[in-house]
Amino acid sequence: MTQDTKSPTAQLDRADTRVRHDEGITGEIRAFIDRVRSGDLGMLPVIVGLLLISTVFSTLNPVFLAPNNLVNLLFDAAAVGFISLGVVCVLLLGEIDLSIGSMSGLASAVIGVLWVNTGLPLPLAIAGALLAGALTGFVYGSLRNRFEMPSFVATLAGLLALLGMQLYILGPTGSINLPFTSGLVRFGQIMIIPAWLSYALALVPGAIIIFGGLKTIQQRSAANLSSGGMTVVLVKAAILTAALLFIVFYLEQGRGVPWMFGVFVLFVVILDYALTRTQWGRSMFAVGGNAEAARRAGINVRRIRLSAFVLCSTFAALGGVFSAARLASASQQAGTGDVNLNAIAAAVIGGTSLFGGRGSAWSALLGVLVIMAISNGLTLLNLSSSLRYMITGAVLAIAVIVDSLARRSRASHGRA
Amino acid sequence: MNRASQSRDNGELILRLRGISKQFGAVTALEDIQLDVHAGEVVALVGDNGAGKSTLVKTLAGVHQPTAGAIEYLGKPVTLDTPGKALEMGIATVFQDLSLCENLDVVANLFLGHELNPWRLDEVQMEVRAWTLLQELAARIPSVREPIASLSGGQRQTVAIARSLLLDPQIIMLDEPTAALGVAQTAEVLNLIERVRERGHGVILISHNMEDVRAVADRIVVLRLGRNNGVFTPENTHEELVAAITGATENSVSRRSARKLETQGE
Repeated sequence: MTQDTKSPTAQLDRADTRVRHDEGITGEIRAFIDRVRSGDLGMLPVIVGLLLISTVFSTLNPVFLAPNNLVNLLFDAAAVGFISLGVVCVLLLGEIDLSIGSMSGLASAVIGVLWVNTGLPLPLAIAGALLAGALTGFVYGSLRNRFEMPSFVATLAGLLALLGMQLYILGPTGSINLPFTSGLVRFGQIMIIPAWLSYALALVPGAIIIFGGLKTIQQRSAANLSSGGMTVVLVKAAILTAALLFIVFYLEQGRGVPWMFGVFVLFVVILDYALTRTQWGRSMFAVGGNAEAARRAGINVRRIRLSAFVLCSTFAALGGVFSAARLASASQQAGTGDVNLNAIAAAVIGGTSLFGGRGSAWSALLGVLVIMAISNGLTLLNLSSSLRYMITGAVLAIAVIVDSLARRSRASHGRA
Repeated sequence: MNRASQSRDNGELILRLRGISKQFGAVTALEDIQLDVHAGEVVALVGDNGAGKSTLVKTLAGVHQPTAGAIEYLGKPVTLDTPGKALEMGIATVFQDLSLCENLDVVANLFLGHELNPWRLDEVQMEVRAWTLLQELAARIPSVREPIASLSGGQRQTVAIARSLLLDPQIIMLDEPTAALGVAQTAEVLNLIERVRERGHGVILISHNMEDVRAVADRIVVLRLGRNNGVFTPENTHEELVAAITGATENSVSRRSARKLETQGE
């Protein structure tokens, strides 16, 4: 070993002088540019997309950027967002679930039948819908594990089967209205987080970044590892807090931040923690990256797959419950049309790869904002649904092309 | 990690195979194989294609069960019925096709399946242990926070070997560790094997490359058509080894070199 690359006092991860280590704010920016150039796009497509969408639509119709329209947009985003959250789980494994739309429709039908028609208490009805989701996911996972059935085919079959079941339990009337005065519908249509709480919640992420950053720096320097320094942490926290405060302030000019959206964000945070900070999450990425390697490392690949399918269908069912609340009805139309593709497109646009092993829970949140902004803007322009379908289809195609190109670029830059 | 505390005297007999046979239907892949592995020793397993090297390794890794014969591990007779059991007992295998997740970083790969603190991953502690292990092996990995995809073939092999050492096994089996590597990277992996030996692990090295085998092995066990065909040391000549591997002093290799000598003589 050559001695010149090491000095006795060097930090453990700074011993190798061949590597450039980016420090401070400029370093952070330089690293970001490097990442983007090598195909690790991160949040960039979302930000570019949102800017583009808001410019185009607000010039065509100024109402688009009105606070109350954005509040409506957030109400709509929450339901699809939940479905998209589940899609992230299966995409991480390189699998797919094409029946999420039907699953959400079935869940809303279950709510309608159990709660309104049969008169069961609401929590039980919701539990029933979620159970239906979990069971469906269990079937998909078992088909994949036991019979090596491609999830593409299994869930395509499920799409039809679940749709049939939805029509069957709704019966000949085909539609059940949910009572307007009930908590569920109020939650889906009018309940707003109080202004003071919204502002307080907007401060939380910044605080977490600062305290978490402090703790990490302490731990790392105690363990003789390099730590990024406090400036970067502070700047990040400041930018994020300012942005969140502005968003809350702007929404408060209208009705405010919907509870439904708040609950969605909470689930995003929980899933993000599970994916990045637990053994289960690490196993998900490992199975998505190289299932055989994961198996040899002692990971129970079948159980991980099963968990992903169950989570996906359960989230889809939860999304169905929320969209029933949003529409105050359970109908034959629930979950049909563009729901499927919107949820998958949202996950992909947000940065979760269709090829497995890459992505995050946040991609569901960011992607669903883009997709819902497009759909909302097109509705404001009074375009017919034929045009809306075509445009949404094109957006999904573009998102997948970006994903494929980025993947190729990452491969040639050696970044997986 | 109780195994780490066990004393590992160099020269202590870790693994003893007696009369191992394995049949796949009508085919006898292994017949009456004897093999001893001591602590702090590199045993090379060589042989032609179809000699039974891979079958023997898979038997030790718990993938196949022998049809007959006894495996003694640390003086006790054992059965290795699953890969997990072999790993748990302290027999680690580095497979030919590395088995790393390219999308995960070095730390994540080293600890894959054995993460510290499953409900709240202890990244700092894992990173420290990763660096410590890599430094012990004097391995040159630029950053443990880069995905495996950005590493060279030799560096990946290093990570794979380091990972097998993480659980502090008694024996590590390396299946063709230098097959896909360049000259310098092969040298680094050979250095690594020597350092693993110095740490007191038993090493079983499978390779087709006689040069590599003679460079690091303490004993060279030749298999031919599923049987033992002699135990050699690096002091034996290349011709003797080739003769044992091919089963005849008169073989295609010797004929080829003889032909070369003739053409040079003309």
